[in-house]
Amino acid sequence: MKHQLPNLQYPHNALVGAISERTLEFHHGKHHQTYVNNLNSLIPGTKFEDASLEQIILNADGPIFNNGAQVWNHTFYFDTFSPNPKPSPEGDLLNAIEVSFGSFDEFMGKFTNAAVTLFGSGWAWLVVDADGKLAITQESNAGNPLRKGQKPLLTCDVWEHAYYLDYQNRRADYVQAFWKIVDWRIVENRFK
Amino acid sequence: MAFQLPKLRYEYNALEPYIDAMTMDIHYNKHHGAYTNNLNNAIAGTQVEALPIEEILREVSKLSPAVRNNGGGYFNHNLFWEIMSPNGGGTPGGELLKNIEKHFGSFNEFRDKFSNAAATRFGSGWAWLVWTGKDLQVFSTPNQDNPLMDVSDIKGTPILGLDVWEHAYYLKYQNRRPEYIQNFWNVIDWKTVEEKFLVATGK
Ligand SMILES: [Fe+2]
Ligand SMILES: [Fe+2]
Repeated sequence: MKHQLPNLQYPHNALVGAISERTLEFHHGKHHQTYVNNLNSLIPGTKFEDASLEQIILNADGPIFNNGAQVWNHTFYFDTFSPNPKPSPEGDLLNAIEVSFGSFDEFMGKFTNAAVTLFGSGWAWLVVDADGKLAITQESNAGNPLRKGQKPLLTCDVWEHAYYLDYQNRRADYVQAFWKIVDWRIVENRFK
Repeated sequence: MAFQLPKLRYEYNALEPYIDAMTMDIHYNKHHGAYTNNLNNAIAGTQVEALPIEEILREVSKLSPAVRNNGGGYFNHNLFWEIMSPNGGGTPGGELLKNIEKHFGSFNEFRDKFSNAAATRFGSGWAWLVWTGKDLQVFSTPNQDNPLMDVSDIKGTPILGLDVWEHAYYLKYQNRRPEYIQNFWNVIDWKTVEEKFLVATGK
């Protein structure tokens, strides 16, 4: 099975103010595309030749895991954004956030901290734990919560390539801007 | 006494066109500067406060993650600036070249092995040429780990290091890490690397 690079749901300049057109061009057009290409060149002749990305995340190691998980992670990340985002969650998701973190503001503070303090390359996640509670986690490099039996709801890419052209060493400024483009309608749908 | 950000021996634009001035400025002042400050904060008031950085790194498994990350970041960037020069490039000579040929076959074979270690490090990290006490080895470490650390798979004295964190090359090369690695060979100061080799081997 040949994996494909999914199209973005918005133009490259749709997130300007938070993420520049140039960053999106490289991040989607080069990085995400390269993970797809690498995966397609790694899997022929292996037991992952016809596997889904989820099966690869659960069962593969080394370069096949790294590239497969990065394809999944980036698709999930880019799918979260919208030029007209719903600015905060409501309903069941808001209730669950309040139960687990106290308030939406406290959740944002904790998620921001997880994203800013992750050392090196990786991802900050909001997940539903195996016991049904919400949790914030950090994963290094290509790490993905599915591997731990968690259901991902939201992620922030903190590889330097996600923000270096726009923010250089100021990762905290990037994470602040990230909140302006997260479409909570999408996160609510994932929670359902 | 707290650790200091060392003075650069060249201007920010000195390694152009291989490493651009803006990258040098931010890499040195912001990234290296932050590792230095964070290291000082992490060791302030602890037993290792007065130790040389090499000794701190040798027992880093017993210390906080902040010391491992920032102590590594402090040492690694010190080395990185030292082993580059605007008059760099070419090949090493003397004892170092002899040993490179002995352990890798030829300079070109060593060069390919080192470039490959740098290109294939997934995520953030460093590629190294290390004197282990009995031979020269090439390998890579994640994040700010290095071969002085007791947590490193291969231990020894690093005599050449290449930063492959994206911050080291993203402004100029973006996703093209292999191009950055290739250009690194034009700025290596082999005289400094040779000196480090002689000190490491006690020759
Ligand atoms: Fe990314
Ligand atoms: Fe660096």
